[in-house]
Amino acid sequence: MPKILTGMQGFDEISDGGLPQGRTTLVSGGAGCGKTVFALQAIVNAAKKTRAAAIFVAFEESTRQILSNAAAFGWDLPALEKKNLFFLDARLSPEVVKSGEFDLIGMLALLEAKAKKMHASLIVFDGIDVLLGLLDDADAERREIYRIRDWLATTGLTGIITQKDEADHRRYSFLQFMVDCVVTLRHQVVNGSAFRNLRIVKYRGSGFAGDEFPIALTAEGMQLTNRGPTELRYKVTNERISSGLPRLDNMLQGGYYRGSNVLISGAPGTAKSTLSGLFTVAACKRGDRVLYVSFDEGASQIVRNLQSVGIHLEPHLKSGLLRMYSTRTRGPNIEDQFAALRAQVRAHKPLCLVVDPLSALSARLSHLASADAAQQFLDFLKGEGITVVNTSLMDGLKTDEATATGISTIADTWIHLSYVVQDGERNRALTIVKSRGTGHSNQVRELTLSDHGVTLTDVFIAQGKVLMGVARWEWEQEEQAARLRTKVEAELKRLKLQLGQAEAAARLLVVQTEMEARSAEIAVLADATGSASTLLMSDRATMRKLRHADEEVRVPSGSAAKTSVAGSPLPKPPANKQQSVTKKKAA
Amino acid sequence: MPKTADTHEVLVLRLYVAGDAPNSRLAIANIQAICETHFAAGHKLEIVDLLKHPMRALPDSIVVTPTLMKLHPLPVQRLIGSLSDTNRVAMVLGAR
Repeated sequence: MPKILTGMQGFDEISDGGLPQGRTTLVSGGAGCGKTVFALQAIVNAAKKTRAAAIFVAFEESTRQILSNAAAFGWDLPALEKKNLFFLDARLSPEVVKSGEFDLIGMLALLEAKAKKMHASLIVFDGIDVLLGLLDDADAERREIYRIRDWLATTGLTGIITQKDEADHRRYSFLQFMVDCVVTLRHQVVNGSAFRNLRIVKYRGSGFAGDEFPIALTAEGMQLTNRGPTELRYKVTNERISSGLPRLDNMLQGGYYRGSNVLISGAPGTAKSTLSGLFTVAACKRGDRVLYVSFDEGASQIVRNLQSVGIHLEPHLKSGLLRMYSTRTRGPNIEDQFAALRAQVRAHKPLCLVVDPLSALSARLSHLASADAAQQFLDFLKGEGITVVNTSLMDGLKTDEATATGISTIADTWIHLSYVVQDGERNRALTIVKSRGTGHSNQVRELTLSDHGVTLTDVFIAQGKVLMGVARWEWEQEEQAARLRTKVEAELKRLKLQLGQAEAAARLLVVQTEMEARSAEIAVLADATGSASTLLMSDRATMRKLRHADEEVRVPSGSAAKTSVAGSPLPKPPANKQQSVTKKKAA
Repeated sequence: MPKTADTHEVLVLRLYVAGDAPNSRLAIANIQAICETHFAAGHKLEIVDLLKHPMRALPDSIVVTPTLMKLHPLPVQRLIGSLSDTNRVAMVLGAR
């Protein structure tokens, strides 16, 4: 089946190529859903891409109104109108007097002549319900609708009919049966937030995705926001870029991956914006273009606040590397919100992007469709290879909250900042919840802010408690004192041991000296004993000679000694000494 | 139709029709009858067949057929339909 591309991002995919060529499409929906925009966009795209001429029949609005409404989309309709667009103002003024039945034959005759003249291939009947309402007769309505259908069939034009279908949508339900493609647009309000959806209800002879898709009205027109390529094909680099905080880079073993998505979550005032600011400055210093998106906080306020912690954004704003975009949460439709952000990204072409805080939209993100929008936006950024730092307001690590927004899943690195309340003070603690593809520290670090900037400090763990702030300082002091104490004690002990050693050495010297003395004594004694026994022997021999004795009587040495003692009193002391020395030796 | 000196009295009408479609044929018959009954003194009726001259629908922005335009006396008045309620139509056109 030949089709006409609408140029509407996402729609051409879900309709497998656009609208049916030479057939009629019905676009129905409530007021303000974008029916007119849909129809206009289709013909503008055809006019621009294939130079196809088109006729726009407006039953509800004047040509001037349509042109001014469409001026927001940058399609340059006035220029197109001169060449290949024809607007027919088919409103009937309220002063018209109605009497009897009427038909559309005359108008169709005009349109046919006009179409031939300008070689038009597309025609839009915008707000046909207005015309049908005027007919005010079910039979007449049906008759005229069939007239249009037959006319479209014979002329071979591609038709787009738009129709309002709010209160009495059953009334014109027959319209759905006579066309080949039906697209419904819906405007719904969930929790006070407006969402627009698009759904293809039927498409004769063609496959299509029948789901309801969120749509946004962007500067380029209508687009389906959650349609992107289904396959994820991101360019992956190993390049690391600084988080702006050297210690955090260390904790991440080198910083964030370029093109990754970083989520900084934390309670109010935990320095999420400060970390974003550090990242911004680091990026600008590298020469990366940065887009800083803030919600509900003006750019100048952010600049001033960051200045107080020594982060200076103005030079980068002046150089043009940094662009700040501030918007209100309660601004336009959320899909439009993200579409506007996309437009900013396309305009500034940043390498790094900060969204502070993404959770400003969280009330609205609770709705599935808008969570989808946030995710799609992040997905789009990833596809562009942009490094993104999002902050998210979160009290505690409620993962359900994070997963509800779907951001935690898409985030590659998740840094959580929390307050630790202890000993009457609040201190900021930083942890890395996750970081894909990089080793990362599991340590809690204390984050301190001063005029000079931001520092990360090790925390102390004592008695199973994490110590921060003054408690940490006290602990540090205490630890220092303890170290000193230990040092002194060790010195004291060393000295004591040295003393002991000295004493032992002294004792050893005494013993050695004594030993020497004894050895000398022994030597002397041995000498003395030797000469004494020779003397004794010679004495005995002399005595034998004197007594004229025959043989020597054998006696034990002891008694011999006694005998000798009795015999001669002189050698007595040496003999005793020798005995005592021998005994000592034996002992 | 003879021209009268006092143009204020002359009723100038233009009826847009689409060939011999039923509503158009009815409208032609009805307006002719009304003119003869109420404006015999002076009227000018132009019948434009859009099937023959479709582009003529543009200047007066004709959307539906039949459409009757009362061009004179002012203000310009527009009537649509087969003009079957002849009394009402005559009144709108200024019949006394």
